[in-house]
Amino acid sequence: MWDYTDKVKDHFLNPRNVGEIEDADGVAEVGSIACGDALKFTFKLDESGRIKDARFKTFGCASAIASASALTEMIRGMTVEEASKVTNQDIANYLGGLPQEKMHCSVLGREALEEAISYYKGSPEKAEEEKIVCECFGVTEKEIERAIRENRLRTVEEVTNYTKAGGGCGNCHPVIQEIIDRVLSVMSEAPAERPRLSNIKKIKMIEETLEREIRPALKHDGGDIELVDVVGNRVMVATRGACASCQASNQTLKNFVEVKLRELVWPELVVEEVSA
Amino acid sequence: MKPVYLDNNATTQVAPEVLETMLPYFHELYGNPSSMHSFGGQVMKEVRKAREQVAALLGASPDEIIFTSCGSESDNAAIRSALASYPDKRHIVTSRVEHPAVRALCAHLATQGYRVTELPVDGEGRLDMEQYRRALGPDTAIVSLMWANNETGVIFPIEKAAEIARERGILFHTDAVQSVGKIPIDLSKSRIDMLSLSGHKLHAPKGIGILFLRKGTKFSPYLIGGHQERGRRGGTEATPSIIGLGVAAELAHKNMDRENTFVKGLRDRLENSILKIVPNTKVNGDRVNRLPNTTNISFEFVEGEGILLMMDEFGICASSGSACTSGSLQPSHVLRAMGVPFTMAHGSIRFSLSVYNTAEEIDFVIEKLPPIIDTLRGMSPYWKTGAQLCQEA
Repeated sequence: MWDYTDKVKDHFLNPRNVGEIEDADGVAEVGSIACGDALKFTFKLDESGRIKDARFKTFGCASAIASASALTEMIRGMTVEEASKVTNQDIANYLGGLPQEKMHCSVLGREALEEAISYYKGSPEKAEEEKIVCECFGVTEKEIERAIRENRLRTVEEVTNYTKAGGGCGNCHPVIQEIIDRVLSVMSEAPAERPRLSNIKKIKMIEETLEREIRPALKHDGGDIELVDVVGNRVMVATRGACASCQASNQTLKNFVEVKLRELVWPELVVEEVSA
Repeated sequence: MKPVYLDNNATTQVAPEVLETMLPYFHELYGNPSSMHSFGGQVMKEVRKAREQVAALLGASPDEIIFTSCGSESDNAAIRSALASYPDKRHIVTSRVEHPAVRALCAHLATQGYRVTELPVDGEGRLDMEQYRRALGPDTAIVSLMWANNETGVIFPIEKAAEIARERGILFHTDAVQSVGKIPIDLSKSRIDMLSLSGHKLHAPKGIGILFLRKGTKFSPYLIGGHQERGRRGGTEATPSIIGLGVAAELAHKNMDRENTFVKGLRDRLENSILKIVPNTKVNGDRVNRLPNTTNISFEFVEGEGILLMMDEFGICASSGSACTSGSLQPSHVLRAMGVPFTMAHGSIRFSLSVYNTAEEIDFVIEKLPPIIDTLRGMSPYWKTGAQLCQEA
């Protein structure tokens, strides 16, 4: 049985915004019945250009329904510009996480959103000559490259979890490996290509992540954490409550706090404990 | 909430009489049957009795019964033994719809220099016996075919297939994990050389299985160790489980009629009612040659995991052949081998009953399931257009 969060279960059992908007501004249909996941997604803007309504219809498993339901809730009130920045990771985070094998459901949501925005902007449809890597699930090279970049995927299995590519006959595994090697080498050779993070933005993101992802979990165990300073990639924190006297707090800082911050803010952050 | 358990092809509850018989062998009569003292020796007698009970269910002789840890071990032991016993033969014949215990093993052996023929099945899940005949050759070391399919319940003509193999001097193994206890089996009248059985599919505990090995069949042990099972399977006997399996075998024998009348009646009622109430549904597999307890129904344009989780809210337990539940990204290999279209395969649900189910439980499912399908179809982008297409076709 899949380990779904309560939020996934809630959005599956009580899906929000099921349906189709007749005179929609954005329309998208992604996935296919052969692949086992398909999503029809529509949105409508108000006079000020904000998304006032978003609806979906999904053929797929519980996490596909939950991801689509979450997406429609998340983007309400956003401008098209803001909505275009929503990532698959945002959808997964909104649901309190998805099992690794189900991450492709969040990717499907992001794809639908993107296609609907293209439709709204009147951009040309996806270029036909895009190279298909996975014949079984019709996944293109571009889609795989993007999933690797955005989610820092390192193995073929991870690529399958996020895009479905390679989940059928397996013939494309060597090609996927080549793409991973290529994308990762480009990423490490040219760190400058990554979006630069100004100090102010970095500190702000660290604060937000601590607030949203880390402190609630620590508080749950009677502990807490406080941000003392950020110098370059060094994040200096002080532990509070139960954490301050806990033998395992160093483990928590490295294995939980640092991992989360690296994942959500910047991959080279180092968490250090200081007394303050 | 007491579950409505309709997933008996996955596993079954231990029968109360089985559990009761087993209990003393954990903490009172815990002796090792191989010991010289009478404290162990008395357990030996019970193990012997269990061997007789199982043999009686299968129409075998007690010394043809080897206790193992599970069906998968029995399958591995049978196939590997055949290959070890006939080292010059490098060909295995099996089918596309086997349980992973056979299928994955054969796929592994294919990487070790063996040639594997996976026989296809038709849309109803049936073998083409002519094709089977043609697949056998002088290089064939073993045929391994399941007696009944775990997903659809479709029964293969195993006795006939075993005869054909015997005519050509080829060893024949059958994975009978799903069929033992559900349909009558008499090995004294068949040409089957090896048969696998799993305890937990017939109300014995998990972790106990059997390999039937016909007298005179060449055998090379899979688990090498002590002299247990006459040197054919090392390892101290799992005495409580073996004794439990003996009782379960006797119960299965006693319940065989009930399985084919009462359980079959419940299954048919469930199947017919769902087909009648819910449009765009279809039974997967041959409905004639089928286990009495199993039905595999496809609900078009919806996905199985959603159905299972919504039934779970009511405590209804079943299985699905959809991609999302198969642990891979593709629907079940059995339904794909049968050529079930994707619109149907992703929405397949298997109900498998046992003698412990009641008419009330079946009525509960007949009441709860149709609205679930309606809800999910209401969310499906294919439902409206798809349904119309079907009517036009």
